[in-house]
Amino acid sequence: MKLFSFLFTSTIGRKWLMGLTGLFLISFLLVHCSVNACIFFNDEGETFNMAAEFMGTNWIIRSMEFVLFGGLLLHIFQGLYLWKFNADARKKRYSVNAGSANSTWYSRSMGILGTLLLLFLVVHLKDFWLTSRFTDVITSGEKTLFQEMKEVFANPLPVVIYVLGCISLCYHLLHGFQSAFQTLGINHKSYTPIIQSTGRLFSIVVSLLFAAMPVAMHLDWIQ
Amino acid sequence: MSNSNMNLKLKVWRQQNANDTGHFEDYRVQASPDMSFLEMFDVLNEQLITEGKDPVAFDHDCREGICGMCSMVINGRPHGPKHGVTTCQLHMRSFSDGDTIVVEPWRSNAFPVIRDLSVNRSSFDRIIAAGGYVSVNTGNAVDANATLIPKEIADEAFEAATCIGCGACVSACKNASAMLFVGAKVTQLALLPQGRAEASKRVVAMVNQMDAEGFGACTNTGACSAECPKQIPLSVIATLNREYIKAKLKGY
Amino acid sequence: MSKNIKLDSKIPAGELSQKWTQYRSSVPLVNPANKRNLEIIVVGTGLAGSSAAATLAEMGYKVKAFCFQDTPRRAHSIAAQGGINAAKNYQNDGDSVYRLFYDTIKGGDYRAREANVHRLAEVSTSIIDQCVAQGVPFAREYGGTLSNRSFGGTQVQRTFYAAGQTGQQLLLGAYQALERQVGLGNVKMYSRHEMLDVVVIDGKARGLIARNLITGELERHFGHAVLLCTGGYGNVFYLSTNAMGSNVTAGWKAHKAGALFGNPCFTQIHPTCIPVSGHYQSKLTLMSESLRNDGRIWVPKNKDDNRNPNDIPEEDRDYYLERRYPAFGNLVPRDVASRAAKERCDAGYGVGVSKMAVYLDFRYNMINKYGRVEASRLNIENPDEATLLQLGKEVAKEKYGNLFNMYKQITDEDPYEVPMRIYPAVHYTMGGLWVNYELMTNIPGLYALGEANFSDHGANRLGASALMQGLADGYFVIPYTIGSYLSNEIRTKSMSTDSDEFVAAEKKVREQLECLLSINGKQTVESFHRRLGLIMWDKCGMSRSAEGLKQAIAEIRALRAEFWKDVRVPGTMDSFNPELEKAGRVADFLELGELMCLDALERNESCGGHFREEYQTEEGEAKRDDENYMFVSAWECKEGNAWELHKEPLEYENIKIAQRSYK
Repeated sequence: MKLFSFLFTSTIGRKWLMGLTGLFLISFLLVHCSVNACIFFNDEGETFNMAAEFMGTNWIIRSMEFVLFGGLLLHIFQGLYLWKFNADARKKRYSVNAGSANSTWYSRSMGILGTLLLLFLVVHLKDFWLTSRFTDVITSGEKTLFQEMKEVFANPLPVVIYVLGCISLCYHLLHGFQSAFQTLGINHKSYTPIIQSTGRLFSIVVSLLFAAMPVAMHLDWIQ
Repeated sequence: MSNSNMNLKLKVWRQQNANDTGHFEDYRVQASPDMSFLEMFDVLNEQLITEGKDPVAFDHDCREGICGMCSMVINGRPHGPKHGVTTCQLHMRSFSDGDTIVVEPWRSNAFPVIRDLSVNRSSFDRIIAAGGYVSVNTGNAVDANATLIPKEIADEAFEAATCIGCGACVSACKNASAMLFVGAKVTQLALLPQGRAEASKRVVAMVNQMDAEGFGACTNTGACSAECPKQIPLSVIATLNREYIKAKLKGY
Repeated sequence: MSKNIKLDSKIPAGELSQKWTQYRSSVPLVNPANKRNLEIIVVGTGLAGSSAAATLAEMGYKVKAFCFQDTPRRAHSIAAQGGINAAKNYQNDGDSVYRLFYDTIKGGDYRAREANVHRLAEVSTSIIDQCVAQGVPFAREYGGTLSNRSFGGTQVQRTFYAAGQTGQQLLLGAYQALERQVGLGNVKMYSRHEMLDVVVIDGKARGLIARNLITGELERHFGHAVLLCTGGYGNVFYLSTNAMGSNVTAGWKAHKAGALFGNPCFTQIHPTCIPVSGHYQSKLTLMSESLRNDGRIWVPKNKDDNRNPNDIPEEDRDYYLERRYPAFGNLVPRDVASRAAKERCDAGYGVGVSKMAVYLDFRYNMINKYGRVEASRLNIENPDEATLLQLGKEVAKEKYGNLFNMYKQITDEDPYEVPMRIYPAVHYTMGGLWVNYELMTNIPGLYALGEANFSDHGANRLGASALMQGLADGYFVIPYTIGSYLSNEIRTKSMSTDSDEFVAAEKKVREQLECLLSINGKQTVESFHRRLGLIMWDKCGMSRSAEGLKQAIAEIRALRAEFWKDVRVPGTMDSFNPELEKAGRVADFLELGELMCLDALERNESCGGHFREEYQTEEGEAKRDDENYMFVSAWECKEGNAWELHKEPLEYENIKIAQRSYK
């Protein structure tokens, strides 16, 4: 274990763990987003429910959930630690800041964006994950996850919260995607621009798809 | 070449010593557009001395942009509003008549203020002393052309080696991180065959020292590279990360 | 003590090319166990200081290194742009140790010691090897070998370089070697410390008094030997290419403690600097001499030709260097190029607002040299001039990008489009503390290395030789020669700094600082420095006359008296006080200035950078007087700003003395 202690003792080790867990979470987003997108078959949630059932019952996926939570917690823990650590590196602050001259606002706000995402996640997990995993919506067949969603998103407040969550996600990813590669040490004058454009595309498409779901449901585009 | 005078209002950070809390003081000064920013401060100081007041302490030496000693945060930006220049190479033509200019020292726990705008950057020396070198004693060398180095590699190493150690990267970084500085040296020496032999040992030692000095961690905002007077590229930090992880996984 | 001074240059016997080899094999050694008990103080951390401190520590000595900057890496060696010479003959163009030796002696106008210069040429090749081993990223060819360029005053390509930042890269190499020893505990580094006096005990240098510039505290430090690697004194002229902090204080205190000062009037005025633009100007910026490889220097043929330089046709241009010196053209040595520029400007042909500048024009070579090569490489048939210029600009950017940018930054003019305006400026001082072959001053145990000594450049230094000398002294000369002294010191125990000599030296330093603070007059230190600079530049600058020098001496004496009556130094002694630092340095310049004028007055000849108006040929070239002045002037400091001249005759056994010609 001593070999890996640097992941919790050095700045670069901590950052590396941030990057790794970040990329892992990105891969999860891809899966989650693909499952969600099934609602756009507009088949009264049939495909979606099938996918959801698979995700909820397959033992490989279910055991990956522990890894996912582990990764998420590590990402949150390291993120909060570094946030505090970095803020403490400059006890006396500048009276004039001109950050916009040298960097994007969202790259400087990953802590805030991450915290917003965390808050959103609490709401989101309460709404769907808890219900789907610890009640029998799916297994009992009384109410499908799809129906549950339709109910929740009939209300405008959750829709607004979800859209705001997706905006946070978008900006978090806009910086986070390419930043993870940089942190892992992947930087090359030919490939880095490709990673950067892919990252931008990914952030926008994934966030849009996520946001489209509650909106579409609320507006009854999806039946 | 205009001789027209500019009237400027300066808000300058004054601090007696490291323990003083410090405050801003306002000054008025006349400058010419052809003056460098530091020459404008010379004028201010002559004015203050003549008035019987304490001049502003600020670091400067070569005044041609290479020694890395000058260090002022001007309107929130290290070395002022122009990209790729040090404060000594910043000229007053970059400002306009009537401007108010706020001048602060580099701020970071690892760069304690000595007085006014002068800070102590010996933490950088300690990082280099930890491993920023090739361990070769005088007299050990083989013929200079015995090791061929492709031009592209030599150029890339040179680009990283142009770092002047001024600390603008730390000053610009919202986390007061020194990774551009450390990355530049690690990159230069990791690229060259001469430095390869102890690359793993070097990077671990330098990062350990960097952490011990109290610099923050990099969050890849890119502010350091954008404000670097020598425009050291952000890729040196990726190289630093890569070299470090590689070394750690090898058990260093 | 004065009567006893005998100048013994300690040049080893034997054939010139064998002197150093034989010296090295016969110089006494200090065994490793004893080295650990010997302490060496190194003042200054430029190329000479860093390399010496690092190497001596590697050998096992206990080293203390001092610099006034916040870190050793800021020493002004960092600003050297062009390159470093070495007789590698990698270009197969006929270079050799002898040729580098010959060029340096001739370039120095036959006022340097043969044995020293030959040694310099011999070790030059090892310097390049050492620097490459340290990871200095010199410029390279596509094949992976090192690249070379040519520099003023030579006809071979022997200059190694790293873009326009060679000094920076070499210094960082030496700095890293030094920091390595700091990390290993072999060197104790004292940054932001200024040496304010040398302590001499029983006739030997045994330490120094330094001021901690942050706390203002005075500290006493013991050393078995003291090495001054404190650079040049060009700032006596106020405006120079030196850094603001460069000063003579360490050397001057040593001089006042009995060390002789060699050839103080030999100053190098560099031909290609950015001209003065206003009275507030605090320093002058050099444009590397390497630019003269591709830039042609000219002025309009007609006075007051105010046309845009690009609109002045060829027939109205006077390429005066090419006209006067067809063999070397724009690549004549610095002293010759500087004087020629001054001659044109004084005659009324200068350009720019001040009329004190000449053009350095890249257009011709961008089109005809680089443009054509590029066009032919890219198979462009019959390219027009605009295409050639564009292609040439790309090449110029690659070669000189950082210099062009710096010029634009300072002047707001774009040298890719219009010619640069340049004028000579004070750059380097060949004079310095007198040292023997072992680099030891006449005070036993006190050494001077690099620009701080007088030794290798005679009356004029060739381009790319300063870096070579600084590193030669530090890496390859002092590590051997210091053994000759220290091998006799192995029984000397580390001394207490409570001895009378240390106490007295500290008291003297404290009194001077207190005196400066107590004057409380009306004028700033800066204003005195500026006035001194004007006197020096006008009367002891590019050309000197007996009458002017006598006036200058009187003026400097008056200025010095005024300084000690009316200077205002704010602040206190026990705090960070840059004005107090500056005051001490200017006080020393005010004394040095007088000695420089005295030396220039005494030397009734023109040689190298020293041009006496009374001694010139009909064509206006410098006229040496080898019969009467082939010696090193070594000045001894007497009580009350008086000096006595000692002469070290120069003997040339291997080089035929000739009138220097670059025609």
